[in-house]
Amino acid sequence: MSDMVGKGILKSLSVSLKRFAETYLDDLSWLGKRYRTDKGIAHRGSKDARGIFTVQYPEEKIPVPEEFRFVPFLVYDEGPNGEKTLRCTSCGICAKVCPPQCIWIVRSTDPATGRPIPDPAKFTIDADLCMNCGLCAEFCPFDAIKMDHDYELASFTRNVYDETKLSKSAKYYESIRPVNARREDAARAAKAASRTGQGE
Amino acid sequence: MESNELNSPDYEIPPELQAQVAITSLDKIYNWGRSASVWPLMFGLACCAIEMICAAASRFDIARFGMEIMRPSPRQSDLMIISGTVTKKMIPIIVRLYNQMPEPKYVLAMGACASGGGPFKEGYNVVSGVDKFIPVDVYVPGCPPTPQALLNGLMKIQEKIKGESIKTARWYQKGPDMAEIPVPMLGPDLIDPRKITLIQNGKKN
Amino acid sequence: MATPVATPAPAQTLDLPARFPGVLNPDTRPGYSGWILDNANLLKFATALRDELGYDYLSSVTAVDYLPEGKMEVVYHVYKTTGGAGVVFKIQVPRADPMEVPSLVSIYPGAELQEREAWDLFGIKFTGHPDLRRILMWEGFAGHPMRKDWHEPYFEEEAKPLKSRWPDGRMIMAESKNLFGDNISYPDGFNPESQTFDPEKALYEALRSYQKDEVGLDTDHIIVNMGPQHPSTHGVFRVAVVLDGEKIVNLKPVMGYLHRNHEKIGERNTFIMNMPYTDRLDYLSSMSNNFGYALAVEKLMNVKPTERAEYIRVMMAEMTRIASHLMAIGALLNDLGAYFTPMLYALEERELLLDIFEAVSGSRMMCNYFRFGGVARDLPEGTLQKIKGLFFERLPRKIEEIDRFLSENEIIRSRGIGQGVLTAEDAIKYSAAGPLLRASGIPYDVRRAEPYSIYDRFEFDVVVRTNGDIYDRLMVRFDEIRQSIRIVQQAVKQLPNGPVMALKPMYQVRVPPGEAYGRVEGPKGELGFYVISNGKPTPWRYHVRAPSFINLTAFGPICIGQKLADVVAVLGSIDIVLGEVDR
Repeated sequence: MSDMVGKGILKSLSVSLKRFAETYLDDLSWLGKRYRTDKGIAHRGSKDARGIFTVQYPEEKIPVPEEFRFVPFLVYDEGPNGEKTLRCTSCGICAKVCPPQCIWIVRSTDPATGRPIPDPAKFTIDADLCMNCGLCAEFCPFDAIKMDHDYELASFTRNVYDETKLSKSAKYYESIRPVNARREDAARAAKAASRTGQGE
Repeated sequence: MESNELNSPDYEIPPELQAQVAITSLDKIYNWGRSASVWPLMFGLACCAIEMICAAASRFDIARFGMEIMRPSPRQSDLMIISGTVTKKMIPIIVRLYNQMPEPKYVLAMGACASGGGPFKEGYNVVSGVDKFIPVDVYVPGCPPTPQALLNGLMKIQEKIKGESIKTARWYQKGPDMAEIPVPMLGPDLIDPRKITLIQNGKKN
Repeated sequence: MATPVATPAPAQTLDLPARFPGVLNPDTRPGYSGWILDNANLLKFATALRDELGYDYLSSVTAVDYLPEGKMEVVYHVYKTTGGAGVVFKIQVPRADPMEVPSLVSIYPGAELQEREAWDLFGIKFTGHPDLRRILMWEGFAGHPMRKDWHEPYFEEEAKPLKSRWPDGRMIMAESKNLFGDNISYPDGFNPESQTFDPEKALYEALRSYQKDEVGLDTDHIIVNMGPQHPSTHGVFRVAVVLDGEKIVNLKPVMGYLHRNHEKIGERNTFIMNMPYTDRLDYLSSMSNNFGYALAVEKLMNVKPTERAEYIRVMMAEMTRIASHLMAIGALLNDLGAYFTPMLYALEERELLLDIFEAVSGSRMMCNYFRFGGVARDLPEGTLQKIKGLFFERLPRKIEEIDRFLSENEIIRSRGIGQGVLTAEDAIKYSAAGPLLRASGIPYDVRRAEPYSIYDRFEFDVVVRTNGDIYDRLMVRFDEIRQSIRIVQQAVKQLPNGPVMALKPMYQVRVPPGEAYGRVEGPKGELGFYVISNGKPTPWRYHVRAPSFINLTAFGPICIGQKLADVVAVLGSIDIVLGEVDR
């Protein structure tokens, strides 16, 4: 450091200047296709990103990866006549593994016998307790509870979700997590096949 | 706000004047100005604060919403982002900061902890949501909400601002100013001055 | 550079009982290790351990409440800064007030804050402690909350899962059951209007106890409070300083503003439930926290993760280190007045790393990715490609760019060089860890000193700088990023195929009784998890040795004699995360 005082600052400024120039150079090289295109968004999150780094939410959104997890939801299968059956059997594993204990499940009972039947009468998740850890989805044996991708949940009131708000279709689930859904469907089909095989 | 939206009073403008004049209602321009320059209080509590910083950084850039001017002083800020777990030890300070903010002021509860206690709700030093003490305008769920989820919440704040009117805004009303929220005290446990009689009688019942 | 210690000798072969006849009793409980000694012998034993046997580094002090046996135990973990396994010793006291244990502050000053914490949360009095005040809770709080017979207002059951969730399923908000509608309860007959004490009094009394400089003019000393709401305290941290003009004559860190009861909640959680909670300790480096906790529980369970999982773990932990150091560099520069530009540059690279975490684990910050015996899921398709691109092409170049941007800048050099010096001796004395210790010339890195996981397979240097000032701490972080890039590059190349879980995924793991101390080199320093299992689904004790917290022990001594303006710079160079300081 015996040389000129201020050289270090100039060096710093040269980095800033380079980055300043890059914003325009990179913009120009895209010929106007840098913004509001999927390719442009992907570029800004890639190893080659340079220049303007901003993804302009809400017009542009960073695509979330398949494993992304936000508040959980319940998956229902749609029957041929549009009837909705929740996959949930109210076995309670999600409630038992939930670290902040934000899941409440009321089991249905058979009106005739009074015994519990595998269908939740009420399913409540307090989203203001939920820590989005994903353990419920990870350990659910029926693929009935999954982590959502929808993060645009801001509201003017507190967020306590009941089963109507939580239910989303299996199609939606497949659309947000195609790889997982395919793998789970295959596993379920194999299991069902082996069960019928044993039954015969 | 788009200019066509701004330039649309509730009565008709003659076609020959449309290019020459801009007529708007006072509310619209007032709220447009306010909603595009919400200055948040520079104040981070916990994990969510990091996502708030990320929202202020280049990838998400809240400057696009006119909110990048984070003021370290409550006297200069419009919005308080409660970004994290509110503890009993911290709530007196938060209430004091809120009282120091000038009207109009907004509160955004970012993340599960600020909204309702979050995963730490059961803890002995944790307040079950900041709305137990100060009024919250927007709740953003998530633990932590991603920066985009926070931006979504900030847009809700803007939405709320745009729905207000000078005529009914509480800070232009005659009468006494809005009462300050009494600052909680620390005793054997947190003491909310509004509940003193309840505390005195509570145990006897 | 540190010389890696070849197969460190286990502590037991030291033959400590022969060295200290009649003093040590081996801890014979199943699954336990270490030595139990009496109050009367503690100071003598600790002095000999430090001075004669070279165990100069006190890693962790904590207490355990054995309620059924009617006793409290104080557990000490000490190590050598030259590496190797440590010595564990314990003091047992009957569980009756007052419980007194001699303070070790005179021998290991690094015990200061940790003993205060044990006093605050367990009510163990450390006799001879210079400043035994409450630390996380406030002075006047009713009771010592970590005691097993102390219950919080929302208490439902001793252990999760709670019956009210399933099978009972009554959705009742906890606050609606509480008389006051919030998480509060008071002792019987409490009247708030008759309360007279001031929770702040003890702090100001402690601040006034310093050696006055008798030479020169007699000037008034003033007390200045910084925080908890202050832009440069990295969260809700408070510093109370006594000033003589602009010179600091005494400084006390005040914490607990983010004390969210990790350990109390952790002792009610099942073992797996604690994993996502560890994310929220040092929320900038959740993967490292996962790592430490997984190591501790795996030690208890005697499980070894699969090969592929080990590599993924190391990759993730090193990526976390980079992400955390980038944040630390950015924040320190903010504190030095280079407002936000370096931060923006650093955060860009961090964002790209977070994208990888998000793809792998599902969340940018709260990864919750490690499981006992492996990791939650394999790397998704394309992620490895992304990691390769980042670590072979982009990051090495970008780190050099940030380095070029900062390290020769005259302002940074004059703010950093020679300022906030922590000598090597003091660094060990105050149990400083991580970059703070290594910038002071001590090449101590748990990855080398007591290699865990598969760190012994990688080539990397333990970064060390010798001046112990703010600038060296900054440079250590840059060097560590470079070493981490090296490790990730090696791990990517060697990554084997195979399963990522050694066990069947279970939502309730069986953990045999015993104790374990799992420690990793986190970005902030040595991160330790002390876990005790009694065979039940929940840990009996779950303690975190938080590096940010213990590094603050040295904060006061570094700052005394400096100018007020340097406090924020020193704090930034220590790099604390409040989630970990207060837990």
